[in-house]
Amino acid sequence: MSRGSASGPDPTHGARVSTTLSSPLSPAHPDDTAVAAVPFHSRGPVSAAVLHHLVDGVATGHTALADEAVAACSDIERDDDLQLALFVLYASSYGAFPALLPDLEWDPSLVATRRVIETAFEAALRRTVEVPELPVPTADAVARALFTLTGAEGGPSLSRYLARKATLDQAHEFLVQRTVYTLREADPHSWAIPRLTGRPKAALVEIQSDEYGGGRPDRVHATLFARAVRAAGLSDEYGAYLDDVPAVTLASHNTMSMFGLNRRLLGAIVGHLAAFEMTSSIPNRLYAEGLRRLGFGDDVCEYFDEHVEADAVHEQIAGRDLAGALAEDRPDLLADIVFGAAACLEVDDRVGRHMLEAWSRDESSLRGEDER
Amino acid sequence: MTDERVTITAYPDGPLLVRGDVDLRTSDGREVARTRRTVALCRCGLSTIKPYCDGTHKASGFRTDD
Repeated sequence: MSRGSASGPDPTHGARVSTTLSSPLSPAHPDDTAVAAVPFHSRGPVSAAVLHHLVDGVATGHTALADEAVAACSDIERDDDLQLALFVLYASSYGAFPALLPDLEWDPSLVATRRVIETAFEAALRRTVEVPELPVPTADAVARALFTLTGAEGGPSLSRYLARKATLDQAHEFLVQRTVYTLREADPHSWAIPRLTGRPKAALVEIQSDEYGGGRPDRVHATLFARAVRAAGLSDEYGAYLDDVPAVTLASHNTMSMFGLNRRLLGAIVGHLAAFEMTSSIPNRLYAEGLRRLGFGDDVCEYFDEHVEADAVHEQIAGRDLAGALAEDRPDLLADIVFGAAACLEVDDRVGRHMLEAWSRDESSLRGEDER
Repeated sequence: MTDERVTITAYPDGPLLVRGDVDLRTSDGREVARTRRTVALCRCGLSTIKPYCDGTHKASGFRTDD
């Protein structure tokens, strides 16, 4: 089963993208000593002030800066500074970077800044995401409505492009874009576990247990992905490519972190997971197809193969036993379940469109040196 | 968990989900590799990873009676 790896170009070497990616901890901004301990750089005044506070313990005026930036910003989802600031604030709760001081996780001014950005971000999502008519709050009706919503044919598909047309450089970019979420796969949805009870709780744990390897550390999905990126010649250090990914990629991750970390958005994180699982198994088959076409071996493709089978299980549980049962138990959450699902489709579609549009212009989907 | 009965649950327009300790065998008696506790068995006949489901039933418009 090592199709393709014997012939064709060696996919781990000679890719243009590898040389243009910034290397972690590279001194691209030599005077930026405050953030030397995290593998990425700030993108404006808000993210710089938040990082300075979280890394050096120096209280900065980031809440006022965030207020100003939010007021001046016309499209928060494409705002690099605000999306990175929010990403870093969430990273503090995940424990994604040791350099972020753990004592500051609940610092009132950092929480205040997070709320300023979150409030604007959530309002933007609620304004722009199209939500379909709500089903009746039964498990059956909700599961069917979510499958209908996620099955609606969208625009051009990233997975079909990757299967048939993507170049080696574009495949590397695709993996780089995915590192933000997938090296910590499943974590955003785990925040919901203690907030659920009964059937939906058991369903979420059933899914997450599989995500975390079912008791086998080598089967943890994030670990499978780390193995895949290493086999593709990329770094599996978390955040190594953060400087390379655009605001829309951070926004996609921030959407699930925001839904997961706010108890009042419990319905939204559940709907998000349902939509995420329902749009996974078929695309992952196509990703694996494309990666094999480009000469990648099983060591890279195993992660994607695994998700064809896993997510065909997860989507059934997520639709019916998690989202459906939650809607039955808590009809007051129905609207947010559907909103969360629609938001997942929209923010991830934006990332996909960003990549396809850049590639159709024969450009990189990653941030160029001039954007930093 | 092993003293619990195995359950097989039909999901509308989709696969059968199997929970519990059970041997899956091919027609010639070989054991089918299983890497997860809960598995989904193809019901539409179109999966590329049979006996497991790969989600293809959604693209083909497979419908069940429930």
